[in-house]
Amino acid sequence: MMLIVDLNWKKDSLSYYEFVVPIMVVAEKLDKCSIKHYSEVTSEDLSQCDKIILSGTAIKDIATLKEPEKFQWLKETGTPVLGICAGMETIGMIFGANLVKCLEIGMTEITTIKENYLVSGEFKAYSLHSYCVEPSALFEVWAKSPKCIQVIKHKTKPIYGALFHPEVRNQELIKRFIGSYTN
Amino acid sequence: MRLGVLFSGGKDSTLALQYAKEKEEVVCLITLISKNKESYMFHTPNIDVTKLQAEALGLSQITKVTEGEKEKELLDLEDAMAQAAEKYLIEGVVTGAIESVYQAERVQRICYRLGLWCFNPLWKHDQKTLLEQLFEKKFNVIISGIFAYPLDEKWLGKQIDAKLIEKLVELQRQYGISPSGEGGEIETTVLDAPLFKKKIEILDYNIEAKGNSGVLNIKQARLIPK
Repeated sequence: MMLIVDLNWKKDSLSYYEFVVPIMVVAEKLDKCSIKHYSEVTSEDLSQCDKIILSGTAIKDIATLKEPEKFQWLKETGTPVLGICAGMETIGMIFGANLVKCLEIGMTEITTIKENYLVSGEFKAYSLHSYCVEPSALFEVWAKSPKCIQVIKHKTKPIYGALFHPEVRNQELIKRFIGSYTN
Repeated sequence: MRLGVLFSGGKDSTLALQYAKEKEEVVCLITLISKNKESYMFHTPNIDVTKLQAEALGLSQITKVTEGEKEKELLDLEDAMAQAAEKYLIEGVVTGAIESVYQAERVQRICYRLGLWCFNPLWKHDQKTLLEQLFEKKFNVIISGIFAYPLDEKWLGKQIDAKLIEKLVELQRQYGISPSGEGGEIETTVLDAPLFKKKIEILDYNIEAKGNSGVLNIKQARLIPK
């Protein structure tokens, strides 16, 4: 069972259709999915899933960055997590990485810099962000754009981040993440 | 949140408006009237009908004529959005984009420059499901433009119903046509929708078509009770 966490500014927001539904369209073909807004995630939700995706948000939406207390469970969980865009920024914040202004809107050139199972080679991806995660001792950098880090993995936990939106282009990334943690 | 909807009068912007109105406060429509019939950004058939649609919806409308030159038309869009922000105090803009990264990223950039939120509630949704929603929610939508093989003038004026949706999905299987016309294969005009307080009656129209390209031009129309 996959848990998709809606990171948008409020529960049942208009952004839900844009940033959560497209992930579900990809994910539900591979696994059962449940969806919860970040403000309502419980320990029971976390215990019932074997994978978690944190959704992206609108570019002006920085709600999760003001509520780090809602994501402390990321430090404790052993469940694999993929954070997309704001999801990656939130992961970075929780593990102490610096967030800095970095605007990328539209198709962006991405280069893989460390061999991994989520992305490979050079490819184009859809970006929509105004912040990025700076290099941190806790994360490996797997891919970059000319401006910033695009794919990370926590060095000791199965926690991943993609700053671009794989649900728009590069849906394979989501499929590989799900496939790797589905029996 | 006060929102403006980028409104072409076609099925996608009208369905996006429906989604937006269920969640936030829609205060105006923003319509670009492009003189370029081949614009990548803006829908052109029957754009004048948006005035009647705005009246049917009971919403104010900002209109802006653009020559439709690639990229320059974006300055006109930005100007119209800025007017909406100033006149109606909108905090965000809603679009009916489904698949087009070309359109989506350009609107996103303009919104960012103007400090507006950008909402795309149909983004990446299954196209057949979106067409079915129109039918289920009792939208009256006609095909008003065809621009791809094997579509021909017989499609013009047809209403989107369950049978037509199946035909469009079959054309996707056979010819790779986007069922909702995301590649510009079809354009549509909405004559009635759940949010319309009155519906549109076409009084006069003509068809201009040649081969696999054609439009149904609404020459005269009026609002009538539902």
